[in-house]
Amino acid sequence: MADIRNNFVGIKSPNPFWLASAPPTDKAYNVIRAFKAGWGGVVWKTLGEEGPPVVNVNGPRYGAIWGADRRLLGLNNIELITDRDLQVNLREIKQVKKDWPDRAIVVSLMVPCVEEAWKAILPVVEETEADGIELNFGCPHGMSERGMGAAVGQVPEYIEMVVRWCKQNTRMPVITKLTPNITDVRKPARAALAGGTDAVSLINTINSITGVDLDRFAPQPTIDGKGSHGGYCGPAVKPIAMNMVAEIARDPETHGLPISGIGGITTWRDAAEFMALGAGNVQVCTAAMTYGFKIVQEMIAGLENWMDEKGHASLDDIVGRATPNVTDWQYLNLNYVAKARIDQDACIKCGRCHIACEDTSHQAITSMVDGVRHFEVIEAECVGCNLCVNVCPVENCITMEPLAAGVMDQRTGKPVSPIYANWTTHPNNPMAKVAAE
Amino acid sequence: MPEGQFRDGIAGGRLSADQYADNFSDLHPPLDHHEALVESDRCYFCYDAPCMNACPTSIDIPLFIRQISTGNPIGSAKTIFDQNILGGMCARVCPTETLCEEVCVREVAEGKPVQIGRLQRYATDIAMAENKQFYPRATPTGKTVAVVGAGPAGLAAAHRLARHGHDVTILEARPKAGGLNEYGIAAYKSVDNFAQAEVEYVTAIGGIDIQNGKALGRDYQLSDLIRNYDAVFLGMGLGGVNALRADGEDADGVTNAVEFIAELRQASDLASLPVGRRVVVIGGGMTAIDAAVQSKLLGAEEVTICYRRGQEHMNASEFEQDLAAANGVTIRHWLQPKRVIAEGGKVSGIELEYTALTGDKLAGTGETLTLTADQVFKAIGQSFVPAALNGSSAAIELEAGRIKVDAEGRTSLANVWAGGDCIFGGDDLTVSAVAQGRDAAESMHRSLMQG
Repeated sequence: MADIRNNFVGIKSPNPFWLASAPPTDKAYNVIRAFKAGWGGVVWKTLGEEGPPVVNVNGPRYGAIWGADRRLLGLNNIELITDRDLQVNLREIKQVKKDWPDRAIVVSLMVPCVEEAWKAILPVVEETEADGIELNFGCPHGMSERGMGAAVGQVPEYIEMVVRWCKQNTRMPVITKLTPNITDVRKPARAALAGGTDAVSLINTINSITGVDLDRFAPQPTIDGKGSHGGYCGPAVKPIAMNMVAEIARDPETHGLPISGIGGITTWRDAAEFMALGAGNVQVCTAAMTYGFKIVQEMIAGLENWMDEKGHASLDDIVGRATPNVTDWQYLNLNYVAKARIDQDACIKCGRCHIACEDTSHQAITSMVDGVRHFEVIEAECVGCNLCVNVCPVENCITMEPLAAGVMDQRTGKPVSPIYANWTTHPNNPMAKVAAE
Repeated sequence: MPEGQFRDGIAGGRLSADQYADNFSDLHPPLDHHEALVESDRCYFCYDAPCMNACPTSIDIPLFIRQISTGNPIGSAKTIFDQNILGGMCARVCPTETLCEEVCVREVAEGKPVQIGRLQRYATDIAMAENKQFYPRATPTGKTVAVVGAGPAGLAAAHRLARHGHDVTILEARPKAGGLNEYGIAAYKSVDNFAQAEVEYVTAIGGIDIQNGKALGRDYQLSDLIRNYDAVFLGMGLGGVNALRADGEDADGVTNAVEFIAELRQASDLASLPVGRRVVVIGGGMTAIDAAVQSKLLGAEEVTICYRRGQEHMNASEFEQDLAAANGVTIRHWLQPKRVIAEGGKVSGIELEYTALTGDKLAGTGETLTLTADQVFKAIGQSFVPAALNGSSAAIELEAGRIKVDAEGRTSLANVWAGGDCIFGGDDLTVSAVAQGRDAAESMHRSLMQG
């Protein structure tokens, strides 16, 4: 049986599935329910400084987009950090940690960008015996207007400064949570590392408007006729988040920096993908907010079953395994040739591959052969783009089949070369690093 | 108290009022908003969609379903009506299981086609409830057209002609318009007087005058129409019912299924409709199923369909056969009527002969079976009655007993077109009649505008 126990910067949990800092981790009631359901840990919803708590809008706080059958694909929120009293939160954290010693409790923090504010809150959090802290440098709305959250996360110098204050003022491990609302995620990650962070977690939510009420011409979610950009999350953001995780994992400057992966993780497979790209564990929010805490049971069993099936004994066997295969476009093998192939037994003849290819791509799929409705790849036209695979409603009906070296590529009229060759040496590249000889 | 199923003979009031209401409620209840969204999401928006090609009126099905899924049911209805102005009735009565839904790629993939018929009903119901009229009439042309029969073919032709600015007079023999939509559809397929609502919706375009109680050959002659109108469309359907060709067919209790179905549709009180305790229906098509199922729903204790060929030869679709079975109707094959047995002039049973196919030839085996019955329905097909056409004009050319038309619906007579069940090649489907009426109207329009 695969061992999925997790040790993330010294914080131990029975599995790598944590709940992200968000409404599901706002109070003891929810966190206890989560632990009962099997979650390995939580990042307690962000605490602010002592004093009157923040206030939230009185609805709606969320907007969404949906796929077929109203499956929630993307969620956005304009909720702020906890609107509960600091002392109540601290008392509850302490009690829950005492009652659930085997689970990870990390406390998310966001206070003003002055050292005194951090010096004030770190000891009181430490006193709860929580396992660590996560610096919320990502919240994209509301708090950022007050100089916190994403306003810090978008300035690498501020990140480094605040991380350093924290490392100097607490023994607790520091996880720096990054905002995706930047152009190059490596910069804030490098800054966090320079400040001495133990780990980074990403992504926080993405600036977004989920819809427009066309009767009122108001962005959604709509508060009394107005809307504000909220933070976007859920399955729709997963590809963006995975790229950012991979960018940090493969950046020579931050390579090896522990990463807690966040962004649309809904199933065990999503989690495994994040971990393969370099995440040491994962944090989940939208999936729990959509389906409830029970989903972790699918995640745990699914991850274990997959690891057993593949012979991976522990998480160390999978974390970062895909990182070396993430590269720059210029290093992709231009001599690799694949062609689409349609399994005629699986084909239900909807014709979507044909019309996608015919109207928008390479005219490489038939619609009629000998007067009969028939969809078949015309190899001489197929560039192997994969669009047909992506629009086909039947899984594995269309596959991309690589041509073996030496086989004639009917499109180019040349045999497939066995030699790896990329753009850096391509004759058409005016910047070719090695002159063709 | 209801009389119950156990009273012998042909009797009414077999069930309680609640049972009648329940038995004759909508066979396929309308989809609600949520159901329509879920179902429309299932459509793959196929290229050159098989469903569209299977539809006799070529409705752009992927487009109308996509319009439902994007919250545009009115636009969806227009997509449907563009091709089929009787899209509301077709949504209810089309044997979709042998047309669009049979070839739906999800039928191929999962055995569960997108419910195209019910989605079509969803969209058309919304537009008709709002009386949304999509088609303004063209500038009046001053041309007049006579349409014989206010059935699906006639109504479709009339609507298309009215759109083009022609003035249409429909002459209908029956007291109500609608043809088989009004008189020939099982009650549970078209509830709430839908056929009349649809006639009103179609004729609301203007320029269509329906005159009821006007039968060709009785009240006027074809030659009158040819003389008095610029063009004529014949869509009078089939007036005759095939005989059993069995002894004793005249006995009391032997009824034409089509008359029974029409009577049932027109009944204001189902309890007043008498039906036998033991009913035998002779035939294998939709009419046989409709008569059998409705007999059962009226409270008959035993209903048996006897068909002279095998299950695979039945014209009734598999869905219809299943519907009959689910309602407790027994379907027996390879049996042909031989003799109606009567006591005191009333049916008391029927003697049937087993049949077998020898090569292509069907013949009785000599072995017989007698079923007790107090009512026998004839549902072995309808025939065209050409006598009404024999007015003072030249004879119209027939083919296999029905009116011969060319690809555009033109008959052998100048300025006379025809469509629907009365033409050769008609397939007894409402939707085909609509397509023929519509296309004939386009041909008439081209002809009228040339002259």
